[in-house]
Amino acid sequence: MRRHFQFYSQYLIGVLFGLGLIISGMSNPEKVLSFLDITGAWDPSLIFVMVGAIVVGLGGFYLVSKRSKAFFGGALHIPTRTAVSRPLVIGSLIFGAGWGIAGFCPGPAIVALGAGHLKALIFVLAMLAGMALCNRFFTGHKNLV
Amino acid sequence: MQINWLAFTPGPAFFGGILLGIAAALFVILHGRILGISGIVSGLLSPKEGDVHWRLSILLGLLSAPFWASLLFDLHTVTVIDADWMVIIVAGLLVGFGAQYGSGCTSGHGICGLSRLSPRSLVATACFMSAGFLMVFVTRHILGF
Repeated sequence: MRRHFQFYSQYLIGVLFGLGLIISGMSNPEKVLSFLDITGAWDPSLIFVMVGAIVVGLGGFYLVSKRSKAFFGGALHIPTRTAVSRPLVIGSLIFGAGWGIAGFCPGPAIVALGAGHLKALIFVLAMLAGMALCNRFFTGHKNLV
Repeated sequence: MQINWLAFTPGPAFFGGILLGIAAALFVILHGRILGISGIVSGLLSPKEGDVHWRLSILLGLLSAPFWASLLFDLHTVTVIDADWMVIIVAGLLVGFGAQYGSGCTSGHGICGLSRLSPRSLVATACFMSAGFLMVFVTRHILGF
């Protein structure tokens, strides 16, 4: 019973997140690329996505900071690292470069896959390969902080 | 810089952003975890016992979001990207590698990290945004894609 409830709540959270991506325009690569095109015909809409998400998120994470356990009783898995490391900077730069090429980041790519787009499938498979490459050749990068 | 007012959609962007924030807040409050899509996906590459079910539940939600969007809002969900498939593969590899090496993507660092006021995530977000701006500048205005 509890397990079912956990599944439905996680599933619902995934649906909500996906709907947020669709409604906001994040799952539209053309809109994302227009947002990243600050020297062209710039569409600043996605700033409002970040503002909306963070306004609510701040409240959520503030509430959690007062607790020692999750509502369902599990442990809190909140990152504890604080150092600004080389992998963090280099990885984020590489991620941003890929994002700027196709206008896809992981969430919207999964949503587009769910919509049945072949190119989203190709993107997701390449993304998994990229992750696996990182794990294969840069194992332990997490330990470097 | 010139703003493309025709494409500017602050209302849906903000509303979609609120949904993203609600999903991230619910996930951390109920389940004690960060709603970072790249991390949720990459965790499946080296599955650990008891750590697979919740990832699949979230991903199933994301995958079915286009279905719910068409049912609830009559929304045309995802526009097809018209990039060449080789471009898609390169973008996917960079996004996957970068998100893994940089410990997060637009959801993990950009939404959850900023919502919990993490300096690491602020740096990561600044890095991937800058790289995205730069990449679009290069591809659109220098190479002329």
